[in-house]
Amino acid sequence: MLRVENLHVRRGGKEVLAGIDLQLLPGQVLGVLGPNGAGKSSLLGVLSGELAAHQGRVLLDEQEMAQWPGAERAQRLAVLPQASSLDFAFRVEEVVALGRLPHQSGRLRDAQIVDAALEAADVAHLRGRSYLALSGGERQRVHLARVLAQLWPGQAGHHLLLDEPTSALDPLHQHVTLQAIRAFADRGAAVLIILHDLNLAARYCDRVLLLEGGHPHSLGVPAEVLRPEPLKAVFGLEVLVQKHPERGHPLIIAR
Amino acid sequence: MNRLVKPRTLFLGLGALCVLAIWLSLALGPVSLPLIDTLRAALRLLGAPIDGQGLEQAELILGQIRLPRTLLGLAVGGVLALSGVAMQGLFRNPLADPGLVGVSSGAALGAAIAIVGGSMFGAVPEAIAPYLLSLCAFLGGLGVTALVYRLGRRNGQTHVATMLLAGIALTALASSTVGLFTYLADDATLRTLTFWNLGSLNGASYQRLWPLLLVTVLVALWLPRRAKALNALLLGESEARHLGIDVEGLKRELVFCTALGVGAAVAAAGMIGFVGLVVPHLVRLLSGPDHRTLRPASILAGASLLLLADLVARLALAPAELPIGIVTAFIGAPFFLYLLLRGRA
Repeated sequence: MLRVENLHVRRGGKEVLAGIDLQLLPGQVLGVLGPNGAGKSSLLGVLSGELAAHQGRVLLDEQEMAQWPGAERAQRLAVLPQASSLDFAFRVEEVVALGRLPHQSGRLRDAQIVDAALEAADVAHLRGRSYLALSGGERQRVHLARVLAQLWPGQAGHHLLLDEPTSALDPLHQHVTLQAIRAFADRGAAVLIILHDLNLAARYCDRVLLLEGGHPHSLGVPAEVLRPEPLKAVFGLEVLVQKHPERGHPLIIAR
Repeated sequence: MNRLVKPRTLFLGLGALCVLAIWLSLALGPVSLPLIDTLRAALRLLGAPIDGQGLEQAELILGQIRLPRTLLGLAVGGVLALSGVAMQGLFRNPLADPGLVGVSSGAALGAAIAIVGGSMFGAVPEAIAPYLLSLCAFLGGLGVTALVYRLGRRNGQTHVATMLLAGIALTALASSTVGLFTYLADDATLRTLTFWNLGSLNGASYQRLWPLLLVTVLVALWLPRRAKALNALLLGESEARHLGIDVEGLKRELVFCTALGVGAAVAAAGMIGFVGLVVPHLVRLLSGPDHRTLRPASILAGASLLLLADLVARLALAPAELPIGIVTAFIGAPFFLYLLLRGRA
């Protein structure tokens, strides 16, 4: 279980997160939404142990984040950053296989997992290609496959933190990707995902956290949080919210 | 970018190249020996029961001159290439060079102090003079690298970009100090200094050889344990941390191994450029960036290429000898430009 209590974070003398209490639940996808600079990536940074909390605690399985030995933590927690700076000509499957580094599951099992993760992120057809020859969206999916492989197949006690995994993807692959992430959570993993697309959040998230200027504005199920008033307050955007005609989740339309 | 060869083919090819380079390096020189005699004499030196009739001259040349020189070439080439692998991994840039962290210029400074200082004060006993030069070069390289590493640290983290800039600044400082020594030097020391800066395997002796061999073996045994961690580091520092790698420890090891390896190589053979830059890059083009292949293949390729460059240095203007640093630069610089242009296309 990954959780933060009364979290305050400062960067460059400015408080970028204040008073955050949050718990990632097994089997659930938690979407984090908010305008640029609201503190979404800082929150992910603290949860992944990259940023130090100025006040408050970050606990992974009831133990302080900083006290986890690297490899053991990596067996429970995988992180997908917003952008990657890999500049070497690894093959696609080699990049994904890097996700198996924290494990000693053997060559055979690793190969099976790499195959499954490649399929899940819909990049199996890119096998054998050089990473450097891929488009931005393809690279993003390869890295998603890498973090999926790190925790494959996903179970209770596993945590997946994703920073805008769909930012470079075409509409079809936004859904393919989120379905893979959803399946991961359905097998028991706890997922936190930063999104900008309100409708993707409405469809795939169990809970949504709205951040505004480093403060939590609201936290709850999509139907509760993704309403015109909170969205107007946080984003300054006038919206209409209707029911999705087939699926019933909120459908958000800018006015 | 398609890979040209499988790891197994690469190792077979490089192994064959290395054996060929060793053989030629033992056989060719001012006095060229027949290849068969070279082989028989070399086997006799290794203790094989072969009739020594008519091999006395070959054995003498091999044992006293060519063998230590060849071993020196192998160790220098191998360790420079390996340090190149470490630095390109550390800076996550395929065009990084072991000189970036200041180790080469620091070693040059140490050597200049030893050469010019030794001639000015003249009180250095004959017996320790050759060791003094190597020791000063080694300590100079290690010292400047330690300073660069120190400058790159902030809040318990090493900033690779700051280290790079600190390396540039300290390299400039060390070079101008070497320039100052050059200005102060008399004609004889100036010549020594110049030749040392150009690098040479000439005058290799077992005494100069063994510290380098020791360091080379140490570094070559240490770094492979980190091949997978180096692969992860190529993703980025935070990505590597998320994969459970102790990134700070890894960076420390990489810098230390490079300082040790390049320091010892420069101390033994002077400044030899471009091997550390070009060899890992070349191997990567052939078989990809995986450090489990890249590292051992780079050792083999670096050792072979340095021996071949030394052959050119020995034979091009025979009986005179070119400094090997000139040969590697003549081969390395155009190749580097080719890589730059190719990358842009």
